[in-house]
Amino acid sequence: MKRAYLNAKLAGGNGGLLIENGLVVAAGADVTKDNVPGAQMVDCGGKLLLPGLIDMRVFTGEPGTEYRETLATASDAAAAGGVTTMIVMPNTDPVIDDAAMVDFILRRARDTAKVRVAPMCAITKGLKGEAMTELGLMKAAGAVAATDGIKSVTNAALLRRTMTYAKDHGMLIVQHVEEPGLASGVMNAGEAASRLGLAGSHAMAEVMMLERDLRLVEMTGASYHVAQISCAESAEVMRRAKAKGLAVSCGVSINHLVLNENDIGAYRTFFKLSPPLRCENDRRALVEALREGVIDVVVSGHDPQSDDTKRLPFAEAAFGAIGLDTLMAGLLSLYHNENISLSRIIEAGCEAPARVLGLPQGKLVPGAPADFCLVDPQASWKVQPESLFSRSKNSPFEHRTIEGRVMETVVAGQTVYSAA
Amino acid sequence: MPNAQKRPPLLKAQHLLAVSDLSVSEIPLLLDLADSYVEVNRNAEKRHMILPGATQVNLFFENSTRTQSSFEIAGKRLGADVMNMAVSTSSISKGETVLDTAMTINAMQPNFLVVRHQSSGTAELLSQKVSCAVINAGDGQHEHPTQALLDALTIRRHYGQLEGLEVAICGDVFHSRVARSNIHLLTKMGAHVRVVAPSTLLPSGIGNFGVEVHRNMKDGLAGADVVMMLRLQLERMSGTFVPSQREYYHFYGLTEEKLKYGRPGALVMHPGPMNRGVEIDSSVADGAQSVIREQVEMGVAVRMAVLDALSRNQRSQA
Repeated sequence: MKRAYLNAKLAGGNGGLLIENGLVVAAGADVTKDNVPGAQMVDCGGKLLLPGLIDMRVFTGEPGTEYRETLATASDAAAAGGVTTMIVMPNTDPVIDDAAMVDFILRRARDTAKVRVAPMCAITKGLKGEAMTELGLMKAAGAVAATDGIKSVTNAALLRRTMTYAKDHGMLIVQHVEEPGLASGVMNAGEAASRLGLAGSHAMAEVMMLERDLRLVEMTGASYHVAQISCAESAEVMRRAKAKGLAVSCGVSINHLVLNENDIGAYRTFFKLSPPLRCENDRRALVEALREGVIDVVVSGHDPQSDDTKRLPFAEAAFGAIGLDTLMAGLLSLYHNENISLSRIIEAGCEAPARVLGLPQGKLVPGAPADFCLVDPQASWKVQPESLFSRSKNSPFEHRTIEGRVMETVVAGQTVYSAA
Repeated sequence: MPNAQKRPPLLKAQHLLAVSDLSVSEIPLLLDLADSYVEVNRNAEKRHMILPGATQVNLFFENSTRTQSSFEIAGKRLGADVMNMAVSTSSISKGETVLDTAMTINAMQPNFLVVRHQSSGTAELLSQKVSCAVINAGDGQHEHPTQALLDALTIRRHYGQLEGLEVAICGDVFHSRVARSNIHLLTKMGAHVRVVAPSTLLPSGIGNFGVEVHRNMKDGLAGADVVMMLRLQLERMSGTFVPSQREYYHFYGLTEEKLKYGRPGALVMHPGPMNRGVEIDSSVADGAQSVIREQVEMGVAVRMAVLDALSRNQRSQA
């Protein structure tokens, strides 16, 4: 059965979308009610029709800490946030470090999740940073990339060999860049941390690890993606690397694009992130780097934490914030407040992640998966715990009114979320 | 607290969490009140029963001699029932969180919760969750407001004012909540503050706190009216901030010779406990210019003033 979404605003102008059997048949100005005979018609009322977001950095608690989040509850939050593909991290219990675990995630997602789910597998066994995992077998089992998630692989010799081996299997290496010795603090190092009396993690911890990794990429020719950068200097390093012709890409979390260290205020633990929120100059530099294309991908960095690990003094609280529910609104805030074009936002939220990971979705072109969402960019809503679908409620946007609401989310042609 | 009704409110806030929360007009009022309690404490009859029936709980998660006993004496002299929570034998040792412990105590309807904790922001966190007045008795590397108030009282009683004085704060500024509170209070009241320390013991951005930064004692102490030494916090030094105590003493330990860089008769202060022979020489600590014992005396008066001031707010909100 064909379905036509008409009277929509697409990235390239007004038009519609025709889908059948979970795939896109046609998209653009030519899709009107006069040339979709026999199709079920949906009037979009002039709303934005965008490809579904592909979130490259989602932590869940499945398996091991399901009280934080399951694949099912994360997918509920994803659908509400316009995310149609979640890339889940291997920092679970047990760790996703063998083919059976990759298979478990894929089967569990198939049975319980509303949106597409693909796992990244661990680079090192048990995330211990000591020995490489069976990258080839896990790639064959369906892992889309390898990462140690919230941990950096600090051993340069090991990472070099892993990069060399991963290249043989066409496996992308994704790194959390943070030199642990310099990143032992709980917020950005600087005056704000000094005033709050909190231990700081210097941005240089990120820059140093990033520069080291780029040297290893030059040595090995590996496919390499930086999970997220957080400061101006890292953006500059990436700019130089790309100018040099290195085939590397990088991401940024929406939190680092719209928040800064001052949001921590009176020790608000929902703003305790890794890497930490930096100063306003860093935030602005990241926005600029996104605009220019130096930063390829925007992620939510969704990291659910329970009250038990957040209702604590700041230094003792867990790192992390949820973000799936609010990712689309966050991206649209860049469109509203930072003059970043809609097409650039779609590229960073949909096309670039698909390109980096080699996925077929991310674009609304004939033959592509019919993964998309309808968005009212002007609709405002107040972020309250009860309005969030994530099992954990640690949102840095709690109690804020934000602009941009997902009205409907469609995965493989099936509606998985409707705001109505 | 029947007498509380007759006393006008003094502070805007319900809690005392940080010096940075106090206004320029509130600080002298608190110091004036503390001054009056100094006289009360020097009488043979030291009780001033303005808080009969009030309950004060001292919840100290870090070791403390001066501050805890000072708060205890202050509360008792005002007629409050004071309970010291022994954290090592409390439910904290069974895995209870600091917030649960505080809320449990809060359910017993105390009037004051005096908190010391190793994590910055703990007093702020508890103040959001409990209904009684929270007094920060030191939170991590953030603030220790009553220490700054007692230091200010000590200085003011000697010089008659704070404005225009040259105060040198020397030593482990990086780890010191005392330094932060003193910087906030003294700069707010018009004193000129310098910090003197090796670069490894200076917090990032300290130059933006309204202080002069010096890295040697000769420059830092030049013309100082007050030399405030800080304890080298060996228990917080998981890293390597200075090569040895011996070298630290050589360059930054306050000796009679280094004290001469300051103004003649400059006050020597130390919040305690002292590492004699590390940041301060015994001859200076026990010398004629030292007001270290006086600081301890002022501590009781200041804490009485704080309890008094906060009790007025409780009454006025009742």
